Amino acid sequence: MENIRYDLITALPEIIILSMAMIVLIADLFLTKCSRIAIYGLSQFALLAAAYVTVTTHTTSVTYAFTGNFVDDPMADVLKLMMFLGTSLIFVYSRQYLQLRNMFRGEFYSLVLFALVGMMIMVSGQSMLTLYVGLELLSLSLYALVALDRDNARATEAAMKYFVLGALASGMLLYGMSMVYGMTGSLNISDIHAALMSGAAIHSVLILGLVFIVAGLAFKLGAVPFQMWVPDVYEGSPTAMTMLISSVPKLAAFAFIIRMLVQGLQTLVVDWQQMLMIMAVLSIILGNITAIAQTNLKRMLAYSTISHVGFVLYGLMSASMNGFISAMFYVVSYVIMTLAGFGMILLLSRKGFEAESLNDLKGLNQRSPWHAFLMLIVMFSMAGVPPTLGFYAKFTVLQAALQAGYLWLVVFAVLMAVIGAFYYLRVIKLMYFDEPIDHSPIEAPVDMRIALGVNALALLVIGLMPEGLMELCAYAISKSLS
Amino acid sequence: MVEYFTQHILSFSIWIPVLAGVIVLLTANDNKPCTTRWLALAGSIVSFLVTVPLYTHFNFADGGFQFQEGFRWIASFNINYHLGADGIAVPLILLTSFTTVIVVIAAWEVIEKRVAQYMACFLIMSGLMIGVFSALDAILYYVFWEAMLIPMFLVIGIWGGPNRVYATVKFFLYTLLGSLLMLVAFIFLFHSTGSFEIIDYYNLPMPLNVQVLIFLAFFAAFAVKIPMWPVHTWLPDAHVEAPTGGSVVLAAIALKLGGYSFLRFAMPIAPDAAHYLSGYMIALSLIAIVYIALVALVQKDMKKLIAYSSISHMGFVTLGFFLFNNLGLDGAIVQMVSHGFISAAMFLAVGVLYDRVHSRQIESYGGVANTMPTFAAFAVFFAMANSGLPGTSGFVGEFMVILGAIQANFWYAFLASFTLIFGAAYTLWMVKRVFYGEVANEHVAALKDLSKREFLIMAILATLVLALGIYPQPLTDMTNATVTQLLTHLAQSKLPAGL
Repeated sequence: MENIRYDLITALPEIIILSMAMIVLIADLFLTKCSRIAIYGLSQFALLAAAYVTVTTHTTSVTYAFTGNFVDDPMADVLKLMMFLGTSLIFVYSRQYLQLRNMFRGEFYSLVLFALVGMMIMVSGQSMLTLYVGLELLSLSLYALVALDRDNARATEAAMKYFVLGALASGMLLYGMSMVYGMTGSLNISDIHAALMSGAAIHSVLILGLVFIVAGLAFKLGAVPFQMWVPDVYEGSPTAMTMLISSVPKLAAFAFIIRMLVQGLQTLVVDWQQMLMIMAVLSIILGNITAIAQTNLKRMLAYSTISHVGFVLYGLMSASMNGFISAMFYVVSYVIMTLAGFGMILLLSRKGFEAESLNDLKGLNQRSPWHAFLMLIVMFSMAGVPPTLGFYAKFTVLQAALQAGYLWLVVFAVLMAVIGAFYYLRVIKLMYFDEPIDHSPIEAPVDMRIALGVNALALLVIGLMPEGLMELCAYAISKSLS
Repeated sequence: MVEYFTQHILSFSIWIPVLAGVIVLLTANDNKPCTTRWLALAGSIVSFLVTVPLYTHFNFADGGFQFQEGFRWIASFNINYHLGADGIAVPLILLTSFTTVIVVIAAWEVIEKRVAQYMACFLIMSGLMIGVFSALDAILYYVFWEAMLIPMFLVIGIWGGPNRVYATVKFFLYTLLGSLLMLVAFIFLFHSTGSFEIIDYYNLPMPLNVQVLIFLAFFAAFAVKIPMWPVHTWLPDAHVEAPTGGSVVLAAIALKLGGYSFLRFAMPIAPDAAHYLSGYMIALSLIAIVYIALVALVQKDMKKLIAYSSISHMGFVTLGFFLFNNLGLDGAIVQMVSHGFISAAMFLAVGVLYDRVHSRQIESYGGVANTMPTFAAFAVFFAMANSGLPGTSGFVGEFMVILGAIQANFWYAFLASFTLIFGAAYTLWMVKRVFYGEVANEHVAALKDLSKREFLIMAILATLVLALGIYPQPLTDMTNATVTQLLTHLAQSKLPAGL
């Protein structure tokens, strides 16, 4: 009995979010159109409550629950807090957008909360099965979210693509996991590690399993050569959903990789290191070069995401404490940047008008110098130009890779970053150097303006004082992986 | 209070202009550009006055870093906010804050659209460039170095000429490529020493092949910035398209960032590589001096001509660096400061004509001296200074470098002295075509002579060029101790013992 209570307290944040997802689902049935705002309030409240519980139950040690299938460590807590923050921002940014498009319904909020539960389980999963269930909960919610606007042909197509390819990736992941299970006789990450250390497993079968696992993860992360779905889904989905897909789930995918590859399959480090290296290099090449040719802003950001994923993999492939810390720092920075970027696209969208084309940004400096300035920060941050957060993200990752001895890969990444800078500069060029086509004033609720301002300025402020975030990541990783 | 100020004088020099820029931006009201202008002028003058104590409190006998201050900035990577300036940095800091005042005055009536953003860009840029000159931590330096690109990118892109987008993107990407390679070098040095303190790097022994790679990474960053032949091609584009203020800052200060950084990083960190590669560096410098001067000769666009002339003059700077003797190095530094005044004046002079006629082509002019006699007098004076007339600051630097070159190798000096001929040729020929002869067309006939504002800037710059030409001693006194110390450091091999 005591045990169950203990287990439940460990998973309390998940339970709060899950309960709220269901409450929202039911409450939606009884609410009229005007009072739906209550759902928004409830969802935000759930995030706040879960964040509060996460902070108050936080310990610096690693806690296992549910017979070792669930883990609560500093890394999980930090990533979950980032997820609450990110999801909360998504709710703020997307409210008006959804209202204007008749998508401001309970389904959106309950699906996002379900997806969040899935991500939290991915972060805290300590068994392959838990991890997989979390991943599927996330994926299924995302498929449904993309198709939420059911009369939108593009969105439906994107959802279909996402679903078919996503299901394939899940299958691969599961297949890989089954081989690892067959070789080690356990689903539990710690047990797998122990079994591999004893050295009884057949290496070739493990490698085969590893390939499938890495392929499945790469798909979810959107790394080349498993990136095909990314641009299409980003472009086709309603912008609010694109913002969700591109941001918070990357935190969960990062945690998944840490749990699976670093904690579970640590003995195969030499093998997965090489796989990650190839994917990292290819992602950086393809992401940066293809982004140049895009005219659609969301598609451009999709390729930009691919290249960012490449940089995260640079950190992971270093396979050192330094590398994991820098990868986590990069992922967190990336999420903050992406949220601000998509927030800006949502801000520029109006009823019946989607700000999707790069040309919609033309002359933003004349329409609203303040918002142009915020977007300027976001773009320079993505390009990795100091004094923005994006610079330190690239800096930490590159120094980790250099420490691991990949000098020429670092030089290569740097050259690609210059190519990447080109398309971010183009956005700035459109905003600052061109005349506006569209003169309509920018309308947005006050809370969104404030949140977006804080979000974008955070890139600059953290860029001037990056120590706090760096220490947080260092703390999370070093306490969790020891 | 006074004590606090003198202890943090470099911080004040950096952050007061940045703060002034932010204030100008926040109080922006494009309907009342006058307020903005006065505010910007006040900001720039205060920023300049703040830097003056750097000269008055400078200890001329000390060749090391003075006015040091700092605190731990990013503990995870051992990065410090560490500032300090030596005899090479202080003149350049003064040059920077002074040029900003000139730029603000020069833009007074010329810039009509988005005045606040323009002024703010220059004020912020001024602070960032002073940061580059005074940072003693590699990452702090890098942050200033890169951040400075952002306002310059906007200045060229928003207020530039017809082909501004191409020019500004080229400028940005060229510089970024070089700087990122430098960043890789910094990270490498960090893993070798565990610190980003530049002074720690000075004492780090490294084998020659490592030094060469480090030197080349720095070279990629600084050669682009100076610019050295053959990576100079962004400069003529950027200069031609930039508004007058942008050209002035580019020529007077941005190029010096590259020269300064050679002395601060590339040479003292990898001295053996610097000696080893000095032949190539001298060859590139001589190509810049001779070949680029010939290129300047055939230009039809005045700004392009001055841009090429800048590259050619910066060739003297790099030549002076790699001679490894006192005269050469002193001369190079004098040349940097002097070029800051002269090129600024030349670009302002072109700006004066451009504001009236809206053409930079030499062929659109002729006989300007008839309608603008005062202006012509100034322009001819600056042209003489640009071609190195004795008595002007242009002569001092070039002469010292040539003397230094003779000490090293007669043929270096022989080739370098061609500049005195070619420099005179392209500058004076331009002056002849623009200012002398018959009044060429009705535009020239309608020209009005200098306004009071324009006269003021021209007069200030002319005084400085003359003063530095006749009595350069305050400047050389300042650099002397530092240069001697630097040369001593450069003469010591940093190769690990036993290799």
